[in-house]
Amino acid sequence: MSESITEEKTYKPTSPNSKLDFQSVWEYDSAPESSANLEIKDQYQLFINGKFVKPEKGRYFKSINPATEEEITEFAEATQKDVDKAVKAARKAFEGEWSKISGKTRGKYIYRIARMLQERAREFAIAESMDGGKPIRESRDVDIPLVAAHFFYYAGWADKLDYAFPGKKPEPLGVCGQIIPWNFPLLMLAWKIAPALACGNTVVLKPAETTSLTAMLFAELVKDAGLPDGVVNIITGAGQTGAAIVNHSGIDKIAFTGSTTVGKIIQKSLAGTHKKYTLELGGKGALIVFEDAAIDQAVEGIINAIFFNQGHVCCAGSRLLVQEGIADKVIMKLRDRMESLIVGDPLDKNTDIGAINSKQQFETVNQYLEIGVNEGADVYQSKCEIPDSGYFIRPTLFTNVSQSNRVVQEEIFGPVLTIQTFRTADEAIEKANNTPFGLAGGVWTDKGSKIFRVGKELRSGVIWANTYNKFDPTSPFGGYKESGVGREGGLHGLAAYVNLK
Amino acid sequence: MSERIEVLKTYKTYVGGAFPRSESGHYYKVFDSEGDLLANACMCSRKDVRDAVKAARGAFKSWNSRTAYNKGQILYRIAEMMETRRGQFEEELSKIGFTAEEAKADVNASIDRLIYYAGWTDKYQQVFGSVNPVASSHFNFSLLDATGVVAIMAPENSPLLGLVSVIAPVIAGGNVCVVLASEQYPLPSISFAEVLHSSDVPGGVINILTGKKSDLAEHFASHMDVNAIFYTDKLDNEMAKQIDELASNNVKRVVKKPVEDWYASDAETPYFIMDFQETKTTWHPVGF
Repeated sequence: MSESITEEKTYKPTSPNSKLDFQSVWEYDSAPESSANLEIKDQYQLFINGKFVKPEKGRYFKSINPATEEEITEFAEATQKDVDKAVKAARKAFEGEWSKISGKTRGKYIYRIARMLQERAREFAIAESMDGGKPIRESRDVDIPLVAAHFFYYAGWADKLDYAFPGKKPEPLGVCGQIIPWNFPLLMLAWKIAPALACGNTVVLKPAETTSLTAMLFAELVKDAGLPDGVVNIITGAGQTGAAIVNHSGIDKIAFTGSTTVGKIIQKSLAGTHKKYTLELGGKGALIVFEDAAIDQAVEGIINAIFFNQGHVCCAGSRLLVQEGIADKVIMKLRDRMESLIVGDPLDKNTDIGAINSKQQFETVNQYLEIGVNEGADVYQSKCEIPDSGYFIRPTLFTNVSQSNRVVQEEIFGPVLTIQTFRTADEAIEKANNTPFGLAGGVWTDKGSKIFRVGKELRSGVIWANTYNKFDPTSPFGGYKESGVGREGGLHGLAAYVNLK
Repeated sequence: MSERIEVLKTYKTYVGGAFPRSESGHYYKVFDSEGDLLANACMCSRKDVRDAVKAARGAFKSWNSRTAYNKGQILYRIAEMMETRRGQFEEELSKIGFTAEEAKADVNASIDRLIYYAGWTDKYQQVFGSVNPVASSHFNFSLLDATGVVAIMAPENSPLLGLVSVIAPVIAGGNVCVVLASEQYPLPSISFAEVLHSSDVPGGVINILTGKKSDLAEHFASHMDVNAIFYTDKLDNEMAKQIDELASNNVKRVVKKPVEDWYASDAETPYFIMDFQETKTTWHPVGF
């Protein structure tokens, strides 16, 4: 989808110079973040029982920089025997040293991790952007600071768990198998590992196969922090490795973040077992913009909702529902704003939208662009230049879509927004809730009572009102319906890692 | 003068605030502890489950948006109505083998349990919700919201107290439910439906079916508009596994909470309410 199909309409400017026209006024020089200080090894091993060990079968897989399609390094493929070793190490640690130390000491280890992450933040940010394609501005200012904050937050819970569940005594679950996605690699690791450790569990974590680099750097940090051997085990691999973790009889709990399709497979695989699970799955968030909204603020919100992290966000606001009276104006302003977005080198500090995470995802998003057009939607793409190599997709709008269109119903996980209109609040709510998902939703209006009413009726776990895509370790996150089971973050996130007696 | 012939009650189901027979027309015999016929109970079918789920879904939005105070009053009203009809329940329990004393205790505990959860409706939000101190200029809070339509397989061996104990926390939290009554002892559930019917509980909020667990469990677990499935009995492994597997079709919450003694102190707990709550977190910027 290299060319835009719809011609831009003329419009009446709302102010003499309302159009954002950066190109003709000035140009951005390139401002790349240097990766000179980041040492990437040629090959990474598995982190089991506090040591870096070679995989039993000796197989490795390549990791690609999606912005250049160049190989970065290779990771070990963990197979059944490696998973056995990791689970065994985690069990030994759980029954050994880790269960004997106090909550206070546990907390101090986690604090130490948080601090060391802060010290090495820039290195992690660069690695994250190189390996996953996200703009350095996001990995530097959002991902990595949130990672450190998450460890810092849960560290403090370790010796205060008795206050978290009124009338109950929380006990750790044991060995937690954790499988995380590629969109926020280190942040999802933090969401999984920090609360698990705070509650006294040990973990076997598998990062996504396309974004394992920061997890392995984290393994080095865990070693530096002096955590007892086996408390954190990190093993790399693809779906089969994940399945080996899910189906391992030595595991007490599975925590998964990823697609709804895989989440359902995991829930099914766990049928008939005593393993607990939390699932953080897909979404198709609606952005409801009312006529009384502050429109420029709403437009910024929409841009952030759908184009943040290339749209690789499970809670992305990928369906805009705009009230009829302002629809033309909002769409016009959105297009203008899209034209000012810079798509390109993830390591460039000016870049707004980086590379699509992998070739596979690049193809998936392109397929959806075709599906949308074939279903009769009008497509609009920004005219920005994109690099010749690497996996890049221009920010895209679909108008003239209906509720039953696949691009409206299915999670695309890319920089693609569908736009529908509505007349009444009830219609907006009906359309917003007409989805099997229920992860997040946004509402823009200047009227407080309307926010609370719409927020109350949206069936989703996060409501962003006059803002979007904000995250914080104290803030519980998770979905209704097919968007998942359980919450991560905040006080509520502790429940996923304890048995209550 | 011949002796008066007793008028027997036809036990039907309770769906959408009405008392329909099973659409299947099938029935099964229910016996007293002496082995004498008590009634012909409805043997519900997949279609009955679907009708009940539809009725429940239809009632959900309105029930969930009632005030906490109102929900509490309605739960309290159920207790009141039960108290006035306690004789009926005691008699029913006696027929299936409860001693007079046990029957009285069971009814007492059932009424008290309703009052227990009536009192929680306007408190669990305060105890389990939160205001979250985020590190940015936003006001952020987490409220609890009902999961939706809950399919309940009521305890087999506690046909009244067990039944009340699994329904009350579910509806106290704003959910609606479709309940499969004890298979062997279904009659108290239909008498309970009569109490519900006269207690201002809106039609569809609680729907009660009778029939075979082995027939209906899979329909409960596979229905795509059921959000959660709840049981407290130890099911045989195969059925438990089947429920788990089918539940994954729409990521149903499967809540298994083994309870052996419904008089035990942990048989009533706000954590049963919490098992059917979704945490919803709202962000709003703070500024001028």
